[in-house]
Amino acid sequence: MSDATVTTTVKPKAPRNQWWDVWDQFKTHKGAMAGLIFFVFIVLAVYLGPFLWKIDPTYIDFRARNQGPSLAHPFGADQLGRDILARMLAGGQVSISVGLTAMILSLVLGTFVGVLAGYWKRLDGMLMRLTDLFLALPLLPLLMVIIMLFRDPLRKMFGLEAGIFILIVFVIGITSWMQTARIVRGDVLALKEREYVLAARSIGTPSRRVVLRHILPNIMSPIMVSATLGIANAIITESALSFLGLGFPPDYPTWGRLLFDAKDMIQQYPERVIWPGLAISLTVLAVNYIGDGLRDALDPRIRGR
Amino acid sequence: MLDDTKSNKVLVEVRDLKMHFPIHAGVLRKRVGEVKAVDGISFDIYEGETLGLVGESGCGKSTAGRAILRLYDITEGTIRIDGVEIGHTPQPDLRKMRPTMQMVFQDPQASLNPRMSVAAIIGEPLDEHARLSKAEKREKVLSLMDAVGLNRDFANRYPHEFSGGQRQRIGIARALALNPKFIVCDEPIAALDVSIQAQVVNLLEDLQEEFGLTYLFISHDLSMVRHIADRVAVMYLGRVVELASRETLFADPKHPYTQALLSAVPEPDPWLEEKVERILLQGDVPSPSNPPKGCNFCTRCPQVMDICREIDPLGQEIAPGHQVTCHLYQTT
Repeated sequence: MSDATVTTTVKPKAPRNQWWDVWDQFKTHKGAMAGLIFFVFIVLAVYLGPFLWKIDPTYIDFRARNQGPSLAHPFGADQLGRDILARMLAGGQVSISVGLTAMILSLVLGTFVGVLAGYWKRLDGMLMRLTDLFLALPLLPLLMVIIMLFRDPLRKMFGLEAGIFILIVFVIGITSWMQTARIVRGDVLALKEREYVLAARSIGTPSRRVVLRHILPNIMSPIMVSATLGIANAIITESALSFLGLGFPPDYPTWGRLLFDAKDMIQQYPERVIWPGLAISLTVLAVNYIGDGLRDALDPRIRGR
Repeated sequence: MLDDTKSNKVLVEVRDLKMHFPIHAGVLRKRVGEVKAVDGISFDIYEGETLGLVGESGCGKSTAGRAILRLYDITEGTIRIDGVEIGHTPQPDLRKMRPTMQMVFQDPQASLNPRMSVAAIIGEPLDEHARLSKAEKREKVLSLMDAVGLNRDFANRYPHEFSGGQRQRIGIARALALNPKFIVCDEPIAALDVSIQAQVVNLLEDLQEEFGLTYLFISHDLSMVRHIADRVAVMYLGRVVELASRETLFADPKHPYTQALLSAVPEPDPWLEEKVERILLQGDVPSPSNPPKGCNFCTRCPQVMDICREIDPLGQEIAPGHQVTCHLYQTT
């Protein structure tokens, strides 16, 4: 056969990096690409925007109070005359970093607990009861107690903003990992009975590498979904905390805080609710789409279709 | 032993292997019994030969295969592979032994990780046991793909892109990666089309010749076992009821169960088919969690005697290399 002669004479191609395949597949997902572009835009805007739009978000200009959109204040000014665009940009920095960090924390924690409980039967009962315990805890009183206890020591240790940031991320992270843990455990329980896991054991692969090589890549989909939903959840929880006076200080802008500040005057100035609301929803939507595309791109069965 | 090319060295020695799975029930998950999937089997496998292990579904063939490779923690018994006792070695210490013994799985779809490329799957044993540079590893993987008849260009593809037969070849290449001496083939052809079955079995035979492999070939397909095996062990409800060389077993089966099993093989010639006398067994296989008293086969045996319901028969050699576990042939 001519095929055979070709393959023996031509030197086989060097293996192409698999991440290029992932990227190629990701590009075909239109929603994911739109989401990625929007998310990059938002991130660039909130982190680089303040260098271009130099109004201080806490600067009070009484003459501009309750002003509508104008060239000086494209998004208008709030009831104290602070520029809303500047506050949106500053608030976005906090909200996005809190969202991402808290999501990563809860994801790591949830996946860790889920994998341990699913793979090692001995730990299962104990870890799942722990998960149930966390699910059963009344969240708001718990948050209040944690913040009361740890706010001041953390502030002293890391400074005002960093201390609060760490506290908020930690609080959101440790109160939202349970769903992920349950989902991951269920999937691991099913996966560990697959023959390829048995095959790996017959090769002599130790358990920790079986988990890393065979289990984790195959539970990517539920983890991705949890992750994207987790960001939305974290942003919203942070705003709820700020609203209760447990989060960042009142003059410190976050998207959630802007939303809650504006809601009293929603009748007169609906646009003040719309801007932060739109920013939260669009960011969440964009992240959801990115997660969706990434999940598809990471699955070789879908790739190339 | 029957063939001049086969040596007389015992590579695998299994004695009284028992694998019982506990059954837990009730609120307190108390242990209420056990499934005696494998209940005391003994046999030797000589270096370079193929031992066929046949039996109906649920008789414990696959469990026996997996227990011999210590994929389970066995209940009782000893297993010696290549002179090393591994029956009760803790799993971490077994790791060093793993390269000697490998396994080919039944379902080629399920036994390959869908997220790993072919090169990664075949290379996994090398990652675990060999210290090779990236280029050496790649070369080894490609040469393994040559050995099992896979195109080298497929190295970066994923399992779902292959047909069943090709997937099984990937599984075989993975089992070969560490130059094992002993391979358990757990119904490697059961999930394949008939035309592909022949290819895979011939591949297994060619590889056996090339690398001097020893197989434990688990199957319920008697014609395939007749083709590949040198000796055949017949299992029923967790026990080996008859063990003989292929020729003896197919020509002169002694145990009533073996006779019934062999009489069930379809006859392609319709003229002969009418004349074939089939031994139809009555009833169902008893539950392995509650096997009958005496001989395991006594509930369905056409030639049952009183003693069968009382005393468990012992394996006995009625001719050199022909072992039967039945009271009909008990001499003492």
